[in-house]
Amino acid sequence: SVQAHKEEDNPEKKMEVNGPTPMPVPNSYDYDLIVIGGGSGGLAAAKEAAKYDKKVMVLDFVTPTPQGSSWGLGGTCVNVGCIPKKLMHQAALLGQALQDSRKFGWHFTEDVKHNWMTMTESVQNYIGSLNWGYRVTLRDKKVTFENAYGEFIGPHTVKATNKKGVEKLYTAERFIIATGERPRYLGVPGDKEYCISSDDLFSLPYCPGKTLVVGASYVALECAGFLAGLGLDVTVMVRSILLRGFDQDMANKIGEYMKEHGVNFIREFVPIKVEQVKEGTPGILKVTAKSTTGNQIIEGEYNTVLLAIGRDPCTRKIGLDKVGVKINEKTGKIPVNDEEQTNVPYIYAVGDILQDKLELTPVAIQAGRLLVQRLYAGATTKCDYVNVPTTVFTPLEYGACGYSEEAAMEKFGEENIEVYHSHFWPLEWTVPSRDNNKCYAKIICNIRDNERVIGFHVLGPNAGEVTQGFAAAIKCGLTKEQLDSTVGIHPVCAEV
Amino acid sequence: GKNEYDLLVIGGGSGGLACAKEAAQFGRKVAVLDYVEPSPQGTAWGLGGTCVNVGCIPKKLMHQAALLGSALKDAQHYGWNISQPVHHTWSVMAQAVQNYVKSLNWGHRVQLQDKKVKYFNVKGSFSDPHTVRGLTKAGKETVITADNIVIATGGRPKYPTDIAGALEYGITSDDLFWLKESPGKTLPSFILYVSLECAGFLTGIGLDTTVMMRSIPLRGFDQASHISNKKQICFTTQQQMASLVTEHMESYGTKFLKRCFPTKVEKLKSNRVQVTWKNADLNTEETDSFDTVMWAVGRAPDTKTLNLETIGVKTNSETGKIIVDASEATSVPHIYAVGDITEGRPELTPPAIAAGKLLAQRLFGQSSELMDYDNVPTTVFTPLEYGCVGLSEEAAMQRHGSDNIEVYHAYYKPLEFTVAERDAAQCYMKMVCLREREQRILGLHFIGPNAGEVIQGFALGIKCGATYPQMMKTVGIHPTCAEEVTKLHITKRSGLDATVTGC
Repeated sequence: SVQAHKEEDNPEKKMEVNGPTPMPVPNSYDYDLIVIGGGSGGLAAAKEAAKYDKKVMVLDFVTPTPQGSSWGLGGTCVNVGCIPKKLMHQAALLGQALQDSRKFGWHFTEDVKHNWMTMTESVQNYIGSLNWGYRVTLRDKKVTFENAYGEFIGPHTVKATNKKGVEKLYTAERFIIATGERPRYLGVPGDKEYCISSDDLFSLPYCPGKTLVVGASYVALECAGFLAGLGLDVTVMVRSILLRGFDQDMANKIGEYMKEHGVNFIREFVPIKVEQVKEGTPGILKVTAKSTTGNQIIEGEYNTVLLAIGRDPCTRKIGLDKVGVKINEKTGKIPVNDEEQTNVPYIYAVGDILQDKLELTPVAIQAGRLLVQRLYAGATTKCDYVNVPTTVFTPLEYGACGYSEEAAMEKFGEENIEVYHSHFWPLEWTVPSRDNNKCYAKIICNIRDNERVIGFHVLGPNAGEVTQGFAAAIKCGLTKEQLDSTVGIHPVCAEV
Repeated sequence: GKNEYDLLVIGGGSGGLACAKEAAQFGRKVAVLDYVEPSPQGTAWGLGGTCVNVGCIPKKLMHQAALLGSALKDAQHYGWNISQPVHHTWSVMAQAVQNYVKSLNWGHRVQLQDKKVKYFNVKGSFSDPHTVRGLTKAGKETVITADNIVIATGGRPKYPTDIAGALEYGITSDDLFWLKESPGKTLPSFILYVSLECAGFLTGIGLDTTVMMRSIPLRGFDQASHISNKKQICFTTQQQMASLVTEHMESYGTKFLKRCFPTKVEKLKSNRVQVTWKNADLNTEETDSFDTVMWAVGRAPDTKTLNLETIGVKTNSETGKIIVDASEATSVPHIYAVGDITEGRPELTPPAIAAGKLLAQRLFGQSSELMDYDNVPTTVFTPLEYGCVGLSEEAAMQRHGSDNIEVYHAYYKPLEFTVAERDAAQCYMKMVCLREREQRILGLHFIGPNAGEVIQGFALGIKCGATYPQMMKTVGIHPTCAEEVTKLHITKRSGLDATVTGC
């Protein structure tokens, strides 16, 4: 952890800079606060600071993807993350609902097809309204917004470069770095030329067709899931395990379900080459892959190759070296103390770029808000990163809060934890004869601590809605006894 | 002489079966009597009680059918090419639902058999405090004696006996779920959650549905409604939530005849039913004809034929329900009651099951744990669902004084409604808290999709004594509707616009 220095200790220290002339520290600043990055964390912090009558600027800029995709204000969540993902997941769920509805007495034509463009247009229109909404909100709250790429060039000073290359310099008393991340590429021939990432998928102006998804992250599985749900031929190429970092018992169940519902899996292979066989929208790509356990080479042809192998923080080209902000050289993430402060006292960071913190929108928003309240409103509350709930929106949704089974066993010892579990059959699945042994819930309790619930996992419809309340209960110190004595609502999945 | 059984349960519904099965776990000799008196229209069903046969289960399935109808409309916005028009066939749905219910009846019989609980399909009545006389449909008599007896006979729908033709020509929820043919143009009459839920799904599957209401919606669902609904500046929770729910239903096509009550029901030559009613506001009399008239005017406890007076089991003179203490005991030793038949208890399946189980554990398992009826969560499955747990706003004010409570609320929009271009005007939630230091949460109310799923976890939190600060510390899951609960910050007291934007 990084030791915090009180800002009052070094009010006007001159910093060494890589350049011919050292930059002076300004005596008065253009802004109280400059936020670099207009995503979930950045915007939340900026809007909060404006409440306390601070002069705030937000710099947001999207470097286009190799395929040329770009988007407006709002960051990953709004443009190429949570929002379009959930909407496309919903489109896929509606496809399933169509099937179910016949069993419930509805009838319509036998053959129902999905139109990618109709969906994508609707989704993009909605996102456009959010981008617009943010610009209006910032204006209303008198936060200055510039669609420009921000980078540090010296103490308390950033250079903002817009799309046309026009540069401006701004100074501020404090900074919050909230630049988020971008998808990683494979580093093999053809990856940047021919492959797409989640940055491109949600605005793809043509149906992706037969798709190979490379990766086993939640991004990979969620995308593969909804693409298959829309009727596309989908294959997932996995290097080793699914959903690293998540409860593996649950991860495997998710994979099983997807397999049984039409998603192909190629396990223990990695692509080594991507070539174009035919141009087009989509065209045909040939992927050559090598086994991770031997010398076997396989080839396959797909219309689209979607890379979802991880995300890298946008911290290497924003001039952090010029102001001395330390980053983890290997991962690019920024270590901060429990008050989101970097090693440079007047520079803070929130969101996906933080080391050892969760990459989630609500966490970034919470951290950003609380940080600003501490800076300007005399508050002392720190962001609580413990027992943060999350949901993976795969075809069979997975909601979780707290420890995975393996993490609990490691931390508390197998003999000290009790796992209660149950399969369940949602009532709505009975009539259409859907799987009766796939939905599953388990809670992990600490025997030594009054059987306190330390982990909650549920696999089933509306997992996010189900999990949210349990997360609140876990925050209140829920024990097994209290869980047992709470009456269920009938008939819903959550009562299990 | 010695009694034949350790435990006799009269009534094979949610409470009765749970109690019987739990007692059998302790190696006790248990018998269950279950009998369904056919409805005036002649409908009857198998083992399992109201919930399984004519309640929660078929209701939720038909609600789901209606929701799927909405999904079909949404799907087009999401790119699915469905050719119009889309039709719904009642008999396909009804048969699927009825088949599922029958499989549950069967499942219950198998379970009882597995647990060695003796099942009699007979109508029971008391001869003395330890003896019950059972009559089969054919009139054959059995006599059963038991050390302990649990009455769990539940309730049946009431008929408005003061309206001519009501009994002969109207149906109730007992009949609705078993209809082989579509009810067609329907008039579910009066407002209770049953009426709104049924009207909701009937409209959803495309039927012309009108709800006739004498006064305020969801009467008797929450608490005392002596407050007139005319000029309330601060709405009661019941009225507020009910009006949001009915507003939504109205915008989706359910017709409401407010402040009207029927005076006469007649059968027409065409086999349709003609209803005459008084409109209290306009002071006029009106008529219309329907294919089906359904009464949902409340349920009455099924105690008439039990012969309770003979053995001295006390009932509430107004409601007819059996009076029990905190341990489910009646006024007669060794006779207990659980479920809808008991006075002052929520008429819900899960508490009946829980109470039945705990009772068996106290009788035969050396437990002393009593059923906790506080903070029982529930959900009304109207087209836009309403879930709640804990106190309503007015109950909280009554108990603590309006100065001592804070109500946080928000109008929100589910993400899935955006692309589907659905109106979210009635999606609403509110949290009732104590104002003093800890700010303990007294009640949570939520209107929106999947309300039951949302509320369940929070009910746990309330059981743990959750406070407003703890709720605010809980990070939301994004994007969901439930996360809005953890972000509630606008108070009613402030008078500010409570519309929140998601991202």
